[in-house]
Amino acid sequence: MADTMQFDLVSPERRLASIAATAVKLPGAEGDMTAMPGHAPVITTLRPGVVRVEGPEGEAEFMVTGGFAEINAAGTSVLAERAMPVSEVTSEILDEIVAENARAREAATDEEHDMLTKVAAELVALGEELGISVKGIG
Amino acid sequence: MPSLKDLKLRIESIKSTRKITKAMQMVAAAKLRRAQEAAEMSRPYAERFNAVLGGLAAAAKDAGDAPKLLAGTGSDQVHLLVVMTSERGLCGGFNSSIVRMARARIAELQGAGKSVKILTVGKKGREQLKREYGDLMIDHVDLSGVKRLGYEDARSVAQGVIERFDNGEFDVATIFFNRFVSVINQEPTATQIIPASFETDKGEGAAGPATVYDYEPGEGAILKELLPRGVATQIFSALLENAASEQGARMSAMDNATRNAGEMIDKLTIEFNRSRQAVITNELIEIISGAEAL
Repeated sequence: MADTMQFDLVSPERRLASIAATAVKLPGAEGDMTAMPGHAPVITTLRPGVVRVEGPEGEAEFMVTGGFAEINAAGTSVLAERAMPVSEVTSEILDEIVAENARAREAATDEEHDMLTKVAAELVALGEELGISVKGIG
Repeated sequence: MPSLKDLKLRIESIKSTRKITKAMQMVAAAKLRRAQEAAEMSRPYAERFNAVLGGLAAAAKDAGDAPKLLAGTGSDQVHLLVVMTSERGLCGGFNSSIVRMARARIAELQGAGKSVKILTVGKKGREQLKREYGDLMIDHVDLSGVKRLGYEDARSVAQGVIERFDNGEFDVATIFFNRFVSVINQEPTATQIIPASFETDKGEGAAGPATVYDYEPGEGAILKELLPRGVATQIFSALLENAASEQGARMSAMDNATRNAGEMIDKLTIEFNRSRQAVITNELIEIISGAEAL
């Protein structure tokens, strides 16, 4: 079995990463999961969180605000609407995303509202994890 | 016969026009490169997205429980045409070619007894369509304030379209844009975005059964979440293609204009020299005949 796999992180605007990885930790919609080479094929949606990539060249961390991941034996690709290296995340960016979420919640139907509230909570938790303060959610 | 002074003024004015078109051409060339890069950057995402979505969509269609965005409303009575054009002019036939295609489609649909609604993106298309089809226009998206096209812009367009679809305002949505082929060639293209259709579907039969994926959460839930994004992704790539095409069209239009200005300057310079010589000859004749008369 191969000991590394291909990891790709792409957003609509650019390709953020395309590296070899030994393990990728993903914030799956139904719980965190770690993908390693030879993983069974899975497609999962993501909640806001941190994607942690371990590879022969060290670790890399990326923040994603949602999207989905495609895992198969050959590699893992994460397609995120918005993603950036954790080191570039600032509280302004998180605040902006939270504010966007709040606006979306106002316009949303009941069913969507619950989902977006959950996303908002995830965003605050994400901020705590990164040690960045996020303005409270209404 | 224009006087020497008039000719001189005209030459000067054309020279300054040439300077402007030359500058615009160079600006367009720089912007084109950036737009092309942006279009290329977005390609991996769009390709993968469509591959995954295509697989899901095929499965859902077989199962017969596809969401409306995929299966359609079951009728095709009301069509929404999303016409994407530029915010600025002076880009050759770029806008006209899109508008011409949209017009042909409108005529065809109306001829078949369907009703048509138009949503314009970009000022120029709205101006051209307003005269004839002003009453069909339901909305306009203004991107003139946008310096660098982002995914967010596409998403807000997509959101508007999907909201209207959910409210039952139309059955089929098609986007019109120019596909970038090369600097001198842009191809007006119409793509149906709702109900979604996937080009990747065709190749699948030949490649054998695709990898069987587990879906988390269920297939239906993923599909429901991905389809709106699929619309946004398609609109985003269309916007990027359009942006690259616009700059390409402007570049070649300005190149032509610069060349025309150069030719005109040459012609006028010859005319200027001729009439200057004529004036000199005239003066000589007058002097000589004056001297002879003495």
